[in-house]
Amino acid sequence: MLGSLTSLDSMFEEFRRMSDQMDELFGRGTQPPAIRSVARGTFPPINMGATPDGITLYLFAAGLDPKTVELNIQRNLLTVAGERKLQVSPTATYYRQERFGGAFRRVIALPEDVDSEGVEARYRDGILQITARRRESATPRQISVQ
Amino acid sequence: MTDKREVATQGSTGAEATEREPGVVMIPPADVFEDADGITLQLDMPGVARERLNLQTDNNSLLIEGTAQLDMPHGMAALYADVRSTLYRRSFVLSDELQTDKTEANLKDGILTVRIPKRAEVRPRRIEVRGD
Repeated sequence: MLGSLTSLDSMFEEFRRMSDQMDELFGRGTQPPAIRSVARGTFPPINMGATPDGITLYLFAAGLDPKTVELNIQRNLLTVAGERKLQVSPTATYYRQERFGGAFRRVIALPEDVDSEGVEARYRDGILQITARRRESATPRQISVQ
Repeated sequence: MTDKREVATQGSTGAEATEREPGVVMIPPADVFEDADGITLQLDMPGVARERLNLQTDNNSLLIEGTAQLDMPHGMAALYADVRSTLYRRSFVLSDELQTDKTEANLKDGILTVRIPKRAEVRPRRIEVRGD
């Protein structure tokens, strides 16, 4: 009765799955993965950027309640844990359920010079942004020649 | 003759055309379910605010586009990236019994919920069995 949903999308899904499989087989580069790294596609996806003053992490997690997110830092290890509950309708017929629902935990190794006292987090439009300052002594200082 | 309508999300003054960014387009994961009154879609589009969301219904199709915005300090270098693009796009082919002109959408914390009701005459109706 319903027209075929996303036949073009499922073709792209197929390509994406294939490229994921190729990545698994051949690896993405010559370095072995970090010991705390997780499989591609683990929720939530994370981007990490750096400036001389600090590090910023972006967790792509839509629909979180920021009060339920546990954020801990020990030395340079940052742990983010929480749960994203999906509201499933018991009477509806589901055609697709692609979104992740459940508990998650990621441990991220930040650069060694991060200041564990200077970590802040903000949640907006589904992105959890975590900023961490670098320790003072690590920033390059100019030395004037007498 | 197609009838293109822009469906504005709640609170917005109208959808803008999204920037044409070259590169990878991300397909937002979607939950799609149907009940007696209509079809609901829920998509994860973290980083997208109302001003950067474009929702369009055609006679028979639904197009969802959004651009994620990250707050990035000047001169930031990427150390690690699971997400390599800021453009989301996904489309669906609908069917006749859906009332696309009554589509409602809501965007909160990066989750887009789209609700398309079914035409009243198509909703399942219980038939009375009369005994004579």
